[in-house]
Parts: sequence; C-alpha cells; structure tokens
Amino acid sequence: MASITLRNIVKRYDDGFQAVTDVDLEIADGEFMILVGPSGCGKSTLLRMIVGLEDVTSGDVLIGGERVNEQPPRKRNLSMVFQNYALYPHLSVFENIAFPLRLSKAFDEAAIRAKVNAAADTLELGEHLERKPSHLSGGQRQRVAMGRAIVRDARAFLFDEPLSNLDARLRGQMRTEIARLQRRLGITTVYVTHDQTEAMTLGDRVAVLRRGVLQQVASPRELYDQPVNMFVAGFIGSPPMNFVPGEVDGRQLRFPFATVALDEPRAAAVAGRSLVMAGIRPGDFDDASMLDAARRSAGVVFPAVVDVTEWLGNEQYAYVPYEAPADVTERLRALARELDSDALRTQLVVSLDPQSRVGEGESASLWLDTSRLHLFDLETGENLLLRA
Amino acid sequence: MKRFGPASAFGFVIILAWCLLPVAWILMLSLKPSYETQAGSPQFFPNDWTLQNYVNVMNLDLFRRALVNSFGISLIATVLSVTIATLCAYAIARLDFGGKRFVLGIALAIAMFPVVSLVGPLFQMWTTFGLFDTWLGLIIPYMSFTLPLAIWTLATYFREIPWEMEQAAQVDGATPWQAFRKVIVPLAAPGVFTAAILTFFMAWNDFVFGISLTSTEAARPVPAALAFFVGPDQFNPPVATLSAAAVVVTIPIIVLVLLFQRRIVAGLTSGAVKG
Amino acid sequence: MKATPVPPAPLSDRFRAENRMGWKLVAPAVVMMLLVTAYPMLRALYLSLFRYRLTAPDDREFAGLSNYVTVLTDTLWWTDVGNTLFIMVVTVAVELVIGFAFAMVMHRIVFARGIIRTSILIPYGIITVVSAFAWQFAFSLNNGFVNSWLPFVAQDFNWFGSKWPAMFAICVSEIWKTTPFMSLLLLAGLAQVPQDALEAARVDGASNWQRFRKVIVPNMRAAIMVAVLFRALDAFRIFDNIYIMTRGAQDTESLSFLTYRQVIEQFELGMGSALSVLLFLSVLLIAWLLVKLFRVDLAAARREA
Repeated sequence: MASITLRNIVKRYDDGFQAVTDVDLEIADGEFMILVGPSGCGKSTLLRMIVGLEDVTSGDVLIGGERVNEQPPRKRNLSMVFQNYALYPHLSVFENIAFPLRLSKAFDEAAIRAKVNAAADTLELGEHLERKPSHLSGGQRQRVAMGRAIVRDARAFLFDEPLSNLDARLRGQMRTEIARLQRRLGITTVYVTHDQTEAMTLGDRVAVLRRGVLQQVASPRELYDQPVNMFVAGFIGSPPMNFVPGEVDGRQLRFPFATVALDEPRAAAVAGRSLVMAGIRPGDFDDASMLDAARRSAGVVFPAVVDVTEWLGNEQYAYVPYEAPADVTERLRALARELDSDALRTQLVVSLDPQSRVGEGESASLWLDTSRLHLFDLETGENLLLRA
Repeated sequence: MKRFGPASAFGFVIILAWCLLPVAWILMLSLKPSYETQAGSPQFFPNDWTLQNYVNVMNLDLFRRALVNSFGISLIATVLSVTIATLCAYAIARLDFGGKRFVLGIALAIAMFPVVSLVGPLFQMWTTFGLFDTWLGLIIPYMSFTLPLAIWTLATYFREIPWEMEQAAQVDGATPWQAFRKVIVPLAAPGVFTAAILTFFMAWNDFVFGISLTSTEAARPVPAALAFFVGPDQFNPPVATLSAAAVVVTIPIIVLVLLFQRRIVAGLTSGAVKG
Repeated sequence: MKATPVPPAPLSDRFRAENRMGWKLVAPAVVMMLLVTAYPMLRALYLSLFRYRLTAPDDREFAGLSNYVTVLTDTLWWTDVGNTLFIMVVTVAVELVIGFAFAMVMHRIVFARGIIRTSILIPYGIITVVSAFAWQFAFSLNNGFVNSWLPFVAQDFNWFGSKWPAMFAICVSEIWKTTPFMSLLLLAGLAQVPQDALEAARVDGASNWQRFRKVIVPNMRAAIMVAVLFRALDAFRIFDNIYIMTRGAQDTESLSFLTYRQVIEQFELGMGSALSVLLFLSVLLIAWLLVKLFRVDLAAARREA
C-alpha cells in the first residue's frame, strides 16, 4: 500500500496536443480518489501515466514517495482494471487470475491456488473458475478482471472506467461491490469515470478535470455545495444545475422570471458588476402551494408557465422556459457541449414535490430558495461567493 | 431473412458443378487406359476403369523426384516466409513506427509484380552464384513472392487482437517478451496457421520459376515437371499418365481445403474487404 | 483544437525504442522482398541496354535504347499487347458477372456451407498447370468432351488450330479457375451491405433488380474495386495457361509469355531484359490507371451519397 503523488504533470503528444496541463494531486495511502470529467479531459491519460503505460512529458510521479517516471509498468507493482477488462481469452478464469502470480515466480503451485481461491471467494467466482471468459456474462468478466487485480497485493488499484460497459442495473450493483471491496482491503485506489454518479457515491475525494486542467479536488459534498466554477457546478449533480443570467440592481438580482433580494455575502460578491450568471439547483425550487408560510418567506415566490412535467414516483420535474439575451444563450450552449450534454434550451429544470399537481401548459406559483443561490462570473465562470 | 427458393437450389447445383466438373474430368481421364485417350473416343466416363496410370506415374523417377522437390521446397519456403511475415505483421499492426506505409507499399508492389520479368536476371544471377537448379534457388524467390499475402493476412488478423491485453500483462508484471509469448502467441496461432496454408498453396502452385530456374529433376517442382512429361509419341502428350500425376498432385490441396476451409476463407476475405 | 504554440516535445524514449523495434521486425521481410525484385529489376534495366545473347556472352555490346525501339516497332509486341488486354478485359468482365451471381447464391444458402466453401476453394487451390491441362484435354479434339457436349460444334473441330478458338479455350480455363475466388471476395463485400438498408428498400417498394442496383452495388463499391484491381493485374500477367495450352502457337502469346520465350528459349538476354522492363512498366501503368479510375469513381459515389 502506498500513497501516490503527482507533481506538475504535463503530457504533450508529438503533434503538439497537450492532454494534461500542470496537474498536482496528492493521494493518501488507502484513499479512494476519483478522477472525473467529460470525455477527452485527460483523466485516462493521467491514470495511464501513473501505471506507466504512457510517458510523462514533464513532472513527477511518485509512488510511496519514490519517483517512478522511468519505471516500466511491471516494476511499479500496481494493479489495473481496464475498461474492456482485457481478460486473456485463451485462459480459464483460474488461469487469468493466477497469471500475475505465475509471472512473479515467487509462489509455488499451492500458494497460487490458495491466493486465487481466496480472490475468487471474495468476488463469488468460485463456480466459474474452470470456464473461459467468452462464456461469462459482462458482470462476471468484470469480477474476473477485479480478481486479477486483487490477487497480487499491489500497492494501489487503478480502475479505468470499469463499469461503462455494463447495463444500468448491473452498474449500480457493481458500484456497491467495488465500494465494499475497497473499504475491506483498504488499498489506495484511483478510479477514472465520466459518470458523476459514480464519482459522488464511490470516492473519498473527487478530482474534476476539464481539458487536461484540474478544476477542483474535494469531497463529493464540498464539490456539490461549493463548486469552484461553473464547469464543476454544471458537471456535478443530476439533474444538472440551472444557469440563469441575472442583472445586478443594487442589492437585487433581476432574473427573466423573478427579482430576488440578495443577502449580505451575496450582495458583496456581486458589487460592482452589472451582469452575473446565477446557478440554481433544481432542488432549490419548489411548488409554492405545497409550502407553509414560514418556508415561503425564506425565499421568493414567482409565477411561471410550466412547459413539460415528468413525474417519476418519488420525484417530479417541471421544465419552465424563459427568455434570455442571445450571447448568454450562446455561452450556455458552449458550456453544455463541454459537459457532453445536449444543447440546453433556456429553460429551468425545477424539482417539485411529487404530490404537487402542477399541470403542463398551466401557469403555477413557484418558489426559489434564495439562501442556496450560486453566483458565477459571466466571463471566467468563477464562483463569486468563494472569492471572499 | 433469406428466401431460399428453387433459384437458389439451382444456383447451388450450378456452383458445385462449376467447381467440381474439371476435377472430376481429370479424375476420369486418369482412370482411363491409355488407348482410350489416344483418338476418337471423347467420352466423359472411362469404358474400362483402371489404376494402371497411377502405377505408371509413381514409377516415374522424374515424377517422384518432383513430388519430393515440391514438398520440400514449398514447406521450407512456407515456414521461413510465415516466420518473417509474422514479425513484420506484428510490427505493422501493433507498433507505431514510421515505415509502416513503406512496408505495406512494397508488399503491394510485389503482389502486383510480373514475375516473368525476373526470369532473365535471376537466371543469370543464380548461375553465377551456383544457385541454379537447387532448392535454395527456388526457396528464395518463393519466399519473396509469398510474403505480401502472408503479411497482409497476418496484419489483418493481428489488428483484430485487442492489444489492451498486452498492456494488462505488462501491468501484471510481464516483460514485453513474456507478454508476447504468453498472451499474444496463443491468440495469433490460428492466424499464423491460416497464413501458412495460403503461403503453401502459392508456393505449391508456382510454374514460372520452376521451369526457368531448374534444368534437371534435382530441383524441378511438380508443375514444371508436368510440363515436361513426354510419352512415347512426341506430339501426343501422355494424357492418361499426366492426369494421374495431376490427381496425385491435387490430393494434398483437397485434403487441406477439406480440413481447413473455414480458416482459408476467413484469411482470404478479411483482408480483401478492409481493402 | 491546438494548444498555444509550445516547443516540440523531445522524442520520448518509448517512442524511439518502439521505432527501432519496428524497423528491426520488418527488416527481414523488406530485405527478402526487395532482394529478389529490386536488384534483379535494376540488372534487367542495365542488361536491356545491351545486345546480349547468353550463348555468346563475349559478343556483348552496348546498344543503348535500340532493344526498346526494336520491341516497340515489332508487330508481334503489339499483337501480344492486344492479346493480353483482350484476355484481361474479357476474363475480368465475365468473372465479375458470374462471380456476383455465385456470391448472391452463396449469400442465401445457410445449410451445406461447408460443402460450398470446399468446392469454391478447389479451383483456387488447384495448381494452374493442372487446370490448364484439364481444359486442354477437355477442348482436345481427340479425347475432350467439349466437342461432344456442345451441340453446335462439329465433332472434329480443332480448338487449338486457330487463334480465336484457342483464345476462347484459354479464357475458359482462366475464368474457371478464378471466378470462385472472385465470388468469395464479392461475398465478403456482400455480407457487409447493411441489412436494414435492404429492408427499407423492400418496404419502399423496390424490386429485386432495383435493390441490387441501388443498394447492394453502391455499398459494395470498395470490395468490387479491390477484386477487380487484383484480378485485372493477375489476368494481365497470364502465363501458365498459355504455356500449357498452346505454347503461344496460333498467335496466342501474352506479354509474359513473350518475355519468357525471349529469355529462356531464345537466350536473348538483352532483348529479354528490355521486354522484362517493358512488362514491368506496363503493369505499373495498368495499376495506376485502374487506381485512378476507381478513385474518380469513389469520389463520384461519395458526392452522390
């Protein structure tokens, strides 16, 4: 077991493309670190630099305090689970898991058998040991790949989007399995994913990457409540945060659908600006008619026309379109493209109480919790509240 | 949802007839006594079935030597060619290096090369180096001309192997050589085998080099030997004997095709479609 | 999406090592391929500038380009060019049509795939010389079956007695041997035609022939072109069939045969070398023309799509 340190890592390809720019990351011994971001953000490249399958252009990779840039993968004593599992099709499950042990020549047959069986038991692969990978289901293959990783007493586990080839239900099940496994074994883990749900549920800490640049490294809760910029705010959380342009008017913020009074910290944050981008999570809205008076006065009530509603049993979402100036619409569209989502219309996604009876095409009274309003600089996307 | 009607059944029969008719014909000829093949009895089936021709042909020194030559030369050329092609195809499919296009270009050029153009210079070169009428004198050109097909087949096959496995093996602690030996080789084996079969067919089939770079049965392979079959009559080729020889020489091919038809088809067509 | 201009990264060790290993691995193959072709071709080029009979090696004298002039002004050369082109065009055209038909049939057949595959591979695997003999005997007026099977042909018709019947026989032999191979290539291309495009066309009311023309053929362009290119070059180099069936008699020589005859039978190394070079250049020319033709066609197809 070991800590992993990345210092000023830069990765540049021969054609000049810079995949990773100046990444600094400290992963403590036994920590579960997630690298998350949209496709192309450099997270897999970073992982492969840690394991040694990619060269580091400049910067240092340290494992257990020792610089390993020049070491080939086989010397680094790390385990990796690949996206497509990379199982050896000509070997049985037993032999697949035993493969690294046989290579090291440090174990005799009995020891190998004991270790493989132990790993197989942990992952419930006992009855499949003699079968070939082509006869296994996706989830079983996944577990074989993990078995091969855990059998080795490696210093750290690396996962490269291991769940992206599984269907949704299986993904959920395997997620908890991985979490359980890591907690039991307590091994340093670096996990790459583009799925923010996995990031939020699995990690001790999460590193958000955008085009090769580290945006923020923090616990899931901190990322959710205090995102450092619009990108992180828009990436974390599902459904994603609403971004609405607001005109500053003294201590008030004017939205296309309502005008809001700002509290002290927020008013200070927007002082001197004319236009800012506000971020409102869908959950910070509600149907005004479902709230009691006390709650209602803690925020702002405004009328809106609801376009489409989605009722999901325990949740309900309403889509409320609004007008926005053209350049803001353009900026929102660019942001959406980066986040790998479809072009956002200028509409609010509002989470309502499932009991609410707001109808499609009807007008309703909506409520907004102003104490949870996020504010971002329109140009840089920085979180204005964190500047102070 | 393919509809199989009378048209398809008819087509099926036609295809079979097309492919097998001449083979059946040669077989029939080989089973005819020689007087039936002299003049005036152009029947398909023999009137008197006989195996005498086979006896005659196997007694012919010229033919027996030619068989030995063909087997030996083709096998050796195949083994050498496929070995070299495997290394080359691995580099093309797997590694990232500057000369890929160049090598594939050369292979393509060789595949389109008019072999006859080389007869003159090679004849001269081989007589100078003492390679004329030797096994080696044929093995070398056979290797060169079977390499493109072998390389193409193998490269296409290798491209199908998920190379992540090699990386997984490296992460698991294998040196590049160990990764190659324990993971890649077992997976590549079927492709290598197919390339070997196709290469063997090509070498076995050669005629031009066989007749121009040899002069005696020391090295003359079968196709060339067949062209030199002379019977009692200078102007009438010994049809029956020749046919028996032809059948003997075709048997290994048929056996190989019967056993490995699936592989062979896969090897021939995968490369072609991907262009 | 280029990054801001940065100085080029130094070639990493891994990249250099991979490059070296790559060259080491392909070297034997490249050397082998070039050894037997590049050097001899250069030698042929050299020798073609001499008047040189192998039987009188000391009489070798420099002749400049006169060998080439002799060849290019000889009617035999042009006859042979005509023969070769005729064979190339006719055989490839016929093989394409019949091969396509075969491919369509094989595509539909689900059972007995093994039998069909084996049968198709036999003409491919059979030695060309053997096939040439088989067809020579078949067309022979003494003991062949062609005369007795074809109703409109006299029993004593000598196919090898004059040019065009002999050419016909040669073409039949060539076509027989390579059509199955062509059909295999086309079958592979056929398998790549997207099923849903065909089904959509069916639903839209297209007839069999329309579906063939508008869905199948356009989607198979690449496969067809590869098949035609390779077969055409193969046909252009035809040798074995001609040697065995006619020995070039009755004006049925191909360019390859002419070259062979000059070198081996006439020992004319100088002239033979000139022919070798010309043959090589002809193949290059044909290959280049065909590739150009296909590129133009592919580009047009892409515009249409």
